[in-house]
Amino acid sequence: MTTANTQSPVLWFKDITLEDRPVVGGKGGSLGELCRAEIPVPYGFVITTSGFTAYLDELDNQHGIRARISALDPENVPVLNQVCEEIRELVATATPPQYLLDAILAAGRELGTETPVAVRSSATSEDSEEASFAGLQDTYLWQKGPDQLLEAVRKCWASLYNPESVAYRLRLKLPEDQLAMAVVVQTMVNSRCSGVMFTRSPTTGDKSVITIEGSWGLGSSIVSGEVTPDKFVVNKITSDINARDIAEKHIAHLPDDNGGIIEQEVSADQQKVSCLSDAEIKSLAATARQVEKHYGVPQDIEWAIDQDDRIMLLQSRPETVWAARDKAPVAKPTDKAFGHIFNVLGGKK
Amino acid sequence: MSDKKNPFPMPSEIPALEGAENWGDMYPYFTRVQPEDDERFWFYNSMHFPEPMAAFDMITAEAAYHAMGAYVARVFAFPTAMGIDYRCINGRIYITANTVNDPAEIEKRLAIFQERAGHYYENWNDIYDSWEKRMGQLIREMNAIEIPQLPDIEDEAVVKNSTGIAQNHYVREAFNSVMEKYSIMWQHHFEMLMLGYGAYVVFFQFCKQAFPEITDQTVARMVAGIDVLMFRPDDELKKLARLAVELGISDVFSTGGDPEVILTAVKAQGDAGTKWLDALAEARDPWFNISIGDGFYHFERSWNDDLSVPLSALPHYIELIKQGDSLERPTEALKAERERIISEYRDLLGSEEEKHAFDQMLAVSHLVFPYVEDHKFYCEHWLTTSFFNKVRDFGRLLTRHGMLEDAEDIFQLTHAEINMTLGNLMNSWAAGSKPVNTGYWPPIIAERRRMLEVMKQWQAPPAIGPMPENIEDPALQMLWGITTETLHSWAAPDVENENELKGYAASPGVVEGVARVLRGINDFGDIKEGDILVCPITHPSWSPLFSKIKAAVSDIGGTMSHMAIVAREYGMPAVVGTGQATKRIQSGQRLRVDGDRGVVTILE
Repeated sequence: MTTANTQSPVLWFKDITLEDRPVVGGKGGSLGELCRAEIPVPYGFVITTSGFTAYLDELDNQHGIRARISALDPENVPVLNQVCEEIRELVATATPPQYLLDAILAAGRELGTETPVAVRSSATSEDSEEASFAGLQDTYLWQKGPDQLLEAVRKCWASLYNPESVAYRLRLKLPEDQLAMAVVVQTMVNSRCSGVMFTRSPTTGDKSVITIEGSWGLGSSIVSGEVTPDKFVVNKITSDINARDIAEKHIAHLPDDNGGIIEQEVSADQQKVSCLSDAEIKSLAATARQVEKHYGVPQDIEWAIDQDDRIMLLQSRPETVWAARDKAPVAKPTDKAFGHIFNVLGGKK
Repeated sequence: MSDKKNPFPMPSEIPALEGAENWGDMYPYFTRVQPEDDERFWFYNSMHFPEPMAAFDMITAEAAYHAMGAYVARVFAFPTAMGIDYRCINGRIYITANTVNDPAEIEKRLAIFQERAGHYYENWNDIYDSWEKRMGQLIREMNAIEIPQLPDIEDEAVVKNSTGIAQNHYVREAFNSVMEKYSIMWQHHFEMLMLGYGAYVVFFQFCKQAFPEITDQTVARMVAGIDVLMFRPDDELKKLARLAVELGISDVFSTGGDPEVILTAVKAQGDAGTKWLDALAEARDPWFNISIGDGFYHFERSWNDDLSVPLSALPHYIELIKQGDSLERPTEALKAERERIISEYRDLLGSEEEKHAFDQMLAVSHLVFPYVEDHKFYCEHWLTTSFFNKVRDFGRLLTRHGMLEDAEDIFQLTHAEINMTLGNLMNSWAAGSKPVNTGYWPPIIAERRRMLEVMKQWQAPPAIGPMPENIEDPALQMLWGITTETLHSWAAPDVENENELKGYAASPGVVEGVARVLRGINDFGDIKEGDILVCPITHPSWSPLFSKIKAAVSDIGGTMSHMAIVAREYGMPAVVGTGQATKRIQSGQRLRVDGDRGVVTILE
């Protein structure tokens, strides 16, 4: 069941639910769902799969893109590479149909032409996201104004024509005419600090703790592994902070005035300072719990705190690593309650 | 030599201390290290015996380990464990636990254990009821023991009733009776305790497996009861503070100082004063029979013995009441919070089966909790402080007859030496002569006191002998009270910032403030509002301090210690078991207490 108009090429977060994932992709669906659960997320919109399809239909009419791709031999790498490059060039530079262009630019204006945005691809295939859309995790941060916006959106679309993605589709014989992707356009947070958090321990799978990692500036420094983040472990139930590991955070990613990101050295007196106060750690943990409760399963969350100390979630998706491990029960009931003591102290290994 | 493979010194290698070479003479010969002891792993029981033992105090280790081993090894036949061996080195108590390794033997013991322990678990509350009655009776009997006064001429009743027993016989009989009842106390103490610990260990282990990152303090919060006896003395004190305010006589307490002076001033307040003194008398029996220590040293007196301890806490309580604080523990809220924590953990479990097992283990922990917590009041506090007072009475007797210089000197003799010395007195009364060689003990006692001072300075190694690879057996962890992690941290102490001390995270939160190092109750007056308490070990009788301080740090203690429980209730950070906080921290220094990680940092 779809609650939003599937025909509209642009949908605002407030109008999206998880049910809309076929047209807004995983990220888009998740952001919409968070927004509706009244969890603070930087506002934005999604260019739906119908937008992509309309764009590609027009290009396909002129250039036969789908047929050219379908005719490729995935094992013939030089040819594959060359064709993909040509097609990527086309997709990244063509002019969208007027109605689509208008819708994208109007939505962009509504967010503000001076408002920097993040443009991210949002895949519709949940199961094999990583594998089938290798290279699709394209993200363009700090894009400002209609030109940069349009360019980033087209680059996201074009990323579907990376040789890895194409080869994968060919091997699995996935039909090109069903290929689709959504693009998320979201207000950038000029974060004082940011990071990730898991509502289940990534190291032990413990469901009773929330692990928070954070560093100065934008979250890209953590995701890319350029910084060892501060790490906090919070008890979900008592809200006690069980662990604080303050790392030496040498660098921070900051927005560039001309769009994009620059890397900056962190001043010596800030490197070993915790990027979060206790109150912030506890608010983040509370927000994480709220999200987890909303979805009913452990979550993997990206967060940021802006210059005005407001907490925002940039993304939330179900935790997959521990969820996939089937754990045997720690203990089974015994006939009499104290039978457990005999089991443990009985000397049986 | 100790080396990388074996980080601890061998028992036989530990030298006597300069100036205390003859320390061994004041303890039973069988507490000394033997050559074959190098083959076993021992660790210093600093939790119970943080100081060198006076000669008499060795009975606390002896009687306790007699009883503990008896119940583990012989009465309940724990499958994998026998009892504890202990040794004295430079006045400190080192212990090791004996294990059962033969699978056939374990199997045989398991059958007995299931039958016997099952009987106790199944009838736990009934047995605990009977236990409380037996302990009450034992305490009454201890208090009723009369110390013979050896009159010039025996009472007529001995003749008229033809008892056939003269007073000098009763000197030794009474002393033996005091020792006997003390021994029975320890037997009762361990009658149920190891079974109680067994239930805890099982629940702790389950929680650690189901929630690998759960902290000990969180497990403790699920297990701990709210209405425990050890809170009563402090609650009674708060009641007395409220009564003083209600009666309008609170000003009398504001000066603090000598209990005699204060109580006389209260008496002078007419009806109100009498009313308050009646309430005090009621509270004292039994609730002021609380030790200022843990019950292993003769110098740890009760509130009843030294009223200045409870009275010094009154002015601050009175002040808080006048400011509108009810001082009442929010027991209902605490209970509700405990239930919430339990049910939320339960919800996180994977299956109904697991939830059922969790319920069962928790139910057994809750069943045993009242005993595990409350026995201390009867045993280590009430009976033990009475016991030492009875021995003190014998000290007075011997002093009166010129055999000791001071009643307290008796604690520098072993119980066997006291018994022997009583023979001297018994005969002198009968013979009509002075006790023989009254100059015998004083120089020996002076020398022992001097050696104790030397031994106090010793940094006892936490463990000695070959390090075991692991101590995964829960029974062993239960007996020792240490885990494999403890062992490794002793073996490879973190080379840390010299301004940092590590301990157990007993109560969460991080605060900074000014340190106040208190070594004993005589220093209570030094503590100021908002200080961070730094002390060797916190005892239940220190609870009144918690209304003033904002964090607590101790040398000794674990996450289930009374201090940890009180700190969590007051919602203040606490780090316990740092080993050396009172040595490294000085009053007035600024500290950061991180109760989440168990770290204390000296800031300046």
